[in-house]
Amino acid sequence: MKPILELKGITKRFPGVLANDKINLTLNKGEIHALLGENGAGKSTLMNILYGLYEPDEGEIFVEGKKINVSSPRDAIAQGIGMVHQHFMLVPVFTVTENVMLGDETTKVGVFLDRKSPAARIREISNEYSLAVNPDSYIKDLPVGIQQRVEIIKLLYREADILILDEPTAVLTPQEVDELFTIMRSLVESGKSIIFITHKLREVLTFADRITVIRGGKVVGTTTPKEADQNQLAAMMVGREVSLDVNKKPAEVNEKVLEVENLVVLDDLNHVAVNNVSFDVRGGEILGIAGVQGNGQTELVKAITGLSHPIDGKLKLMGRNINKASPRLITEIGTAHIPEDRQQDGLVLTATIADNLVLNTYYLDPFAKSVIVQEDKILDNAEKIISNFDVRTPSPLIPVGSLSGGNQQKVIVGREFSRPIKFLVASQPTRGLDVGSIEYIHTRLLEKRDDGIAILLVSTELDEILKLSDRIAVMFDGKIISIIDAEGATKEQIGLLMAGVVEA
Amino acid sequence: MSEKEKNQKPKNKDAGKIFLDEISKSPLTVTILAIVSGLILGGLLVAVTSEEVYQAFGVSFWSGVQASADAIWATYKALFYGSVGNPGKIISALKDGDPLAIRRAFNPFFDSLVVSTPYIFAGLAVALGFRVGLFNIGVEGQLFIGAATTVTAAIFLKGLPSIIHIPISLLAGFIGGGLWGFIPGWLKAATGGHEVINTIMMNYIAFRLSEFLLRGPLKNPEGFTPVSAPIEESAELFRFFDNPIRFHAGFFIALVVAYLVYLFLFKTTWGFTLRTVGANPRAAKYAGMNIMRSTVIAMFLSGGLAGLAGANEVLGVNHNLALAFSSGYGFDAIALALLGKNHPVGVVLSALLFGFLRNGAIQMQLSAGIPIDIISVLQALILAFIAAPAIIRTIYRLKEPDMDIDSVTLHGWGGN
Repeated sequence: MKPILELKGITKRFPGVLANDKINLTLNKGEIHALLGENGAGKSTLMNILYGLYEPDEGEIFVEGKKINVSSPRDAIAQGIGMVHQHFMLVPVFTVTENVMLGDETTKVGVFLDRKSPAARIREISNEYSLAVNPDSYIKDLPVGIQQRVEIIKLLYREADILILDEPTAVLTPQEVDELFTIMRSLVESGKSIIFITHKLREVLTFADRITVIRGGKVVGTTTPKEADQNQLAAMMVGREVSLDVNKKPAEVNEKVLEVENLVVLDDLNHVAVNNVSFDVRGGEILGIAGVQGNGQTELVKAITGLSHPIDGKLKLMGRNINKASPRLITEIGTAHIPEDRQQDGLVLTATIADNLVLNTYYLDPFAKSVIVQEDKILDNAEKIISNFDVRTPSPLIPVGSLSGGNQQKVIVGREFSRPIKFLVASQPTRGLDVGSIEYIHTRLLEKRDDGIAILLVSTELDEILKLSDRIAVMFDGKIISIIDAEGATKEQIGLLMAGVVEA
Repeated sequence: MSEKEKNQKPKNKDAGKIFLDEISKSPLTVTILAIVSGLILGGLLVAVTSEEVYQAFGVSFWSGVQASADAIWATYKALFYGSVGNPGKIISALKDGDPLAIRRAFNPFFDSLVVSTPYIFAGLAVALGFRVGLFNIGVEGQLFIGAATTVTAAIFLKGLPSIIHIPISLLAGFIGGGLWGFIPGWLKAATGGHEVINTIMMNYIAFRLSEFLLRGPLKNPEGFTPVSAPIEESAELFRFFDNPIRFHAGFFIALVVAYLVYLFLFKTTWGFTLRTVGANPRAAKYAGMNIMRSTVIAMFLSGGLAGLAGANEVLGVNHNLALAFSSGYGFDAIALALLGKNHPVGVVLSALLFGFLRNGAIQMQLSAGIPIDIISVLQALILAFIAAPAIIRTIYRLKEPDMDIDSVTLHGWGGN
């Protein structure tokens, strides 16, 4: 069969980087083709070229055997190529219809918007692929999973035959992921072809027809789920053997470090975000908090780290009441915090790596003598942490913002793990990181657990929770609806709890 | 194709290429090119607005070009004579050996330094605020209040030796300006009221307040105009030369203060805290820093530095307080701090540039008949180029910098 899409010798250079190096890729009609690779491997660059956002330095693109030129997304759409970005391009206060029409408005008498006929067409599309999207809903009222379908409808409405999905599962619950793949399957069955970008191995093996692995801007190989397994794919992605299974010793639990009792916390808009939550974390164990993003985890962590104060309930850290404690006091008692949003909350991107490594200790001996900053000590500290934690950087004195995501996270982990701590809050510690970095951070977390440190792990990645936790608390709608032993817990069981379904 | 080839081999660069690369990426290059471009455009403006040039173009194209060149040359010559001095006059004065003539010949240079001095203080005030993410538009008002408190201390404290009277008067100016900055700082910390709005409002209050003071309590009882009595001689800053050179110790005080601000910002834990709060308040909060306290302290210090600008004018130049003693130093200082990348060294350099331009402009108006406003246009052009480095980078085909560590500042606008 003639491939519907063929990329030949695509090369793209950015100053100092070869982002795509003579990449060849073929997409057959009616297949789901996974593009697998670490962050920075060049997947997104390649897709942006295909979608007309970048111009390739070399190489050719063929659709159904015909050479085409795409220099803008408009060209790409005209050729039947559509893309759903990782971050949705939707206007929250517009309806589904309005969003779908945007940029391609149908009008009456040339000036008045015609919403009716597009709405009808959207309803048709929605029925055809069982998307269950109401054209009259406002985007802001829709769950993320449905918003994603609106993005897909946008492409189908423009009659795209080749769909590119950039990290489509990053924002979804396990159930939503399954639904998405059902939809993808029905799309390819009706003749569409899909390229989906991901770095999650499990999804690739379950849902793709073919897999192309990219590393360092080059195609490492193309395979099928039948021929490959997770370890093999991971090795292809990273370029070395990676151990995906961590060796977890049984936990040696000691005294309670954090005690949370009937905690109530408000969010920024003064709504109750954490509703009567109680749990404790003991030294030497990892308590995983699972849940779909936005179910109160962020507010819970803020209260525990002193960034906000609870309105009711009790928070005790090492026997000390910290309801009203400042972040600095909580840090000084022995808490480390890996924040959810590392660039906004964990680092000062314009400051040097060295300064970032003393962000919460700069005022203490030996980094300061009375009020005078000891630059040599700060530099020594930086060099030590950079080598201990394998931060890849040419110098400790460059801005931390110029490092890759994985190395930025290593800076935070290095900073937090290099001082004496008893309690660690890790929020989404591996979000957006590549396989190698994830492996590294997981190992470090387990080391800390084995040192007897109490760890509260908040993650929306179910795999991560299952792999690391000793106990799992599932949060839904501000409440902890269940705390279960990680031993023997299944993905399905937790997935249901995450969706708020409590078994009798 | 040749473009492509260049891009293809980024590795085999010789030393010269690397050097050019570095220069091209340096933020300093943009600053210098912005100044040069400003001067070029300013020159064109002079030509375009000159009547003689139009008449000359009426005669022939060539004479038009000639007339343009003449006009530009005359303008910048006058600017140079006015700000640095007339080399011919300097040489002949030195030959004659007449002390008054020598002083007159050197006066433009020293007077430029005198004009630069309040710019240094005011520029440091704005820069310190920027470093902490605060946009202090209130420097002008703080400068007036600082001048008022200084003049009070300098008039009403009597019988003190200079060594005590001067520091007390300066301190009075620092505290006066500081309090005027403290109020919007405190308002921001306690209520979230944006400092841009509040400092502007505080400016109006300061102007009217100093007017009230000069018509009432501070008015010279022997005079009729709203001017204060002359300050005690013991409070006057030392002048290094006889008339007409006004060059005084304030310039060196300003340099010392700039150095102290540098030490404070970059060598102390306080400075570390303030800079972190300025660069990323959320990360600062996560790291346990107190944002509110930092805001209040920064606004107090920023106001205090502005107050010193006022104190400097009173103690060093005017020896009294008049209504319109500041010609917008506080507002120019905002631009100047940006030009100096909010670094004390940069502030001193750009204060000198502003001082020399301002002082030279007066001479330019007198001898070349070029309106003094051309200097404002020139400053505006330079600043526009600084604020939009992309223009300069495009014109001169410079490379993007990898990451500008000094690119702090304007997110104060975001109202965090």
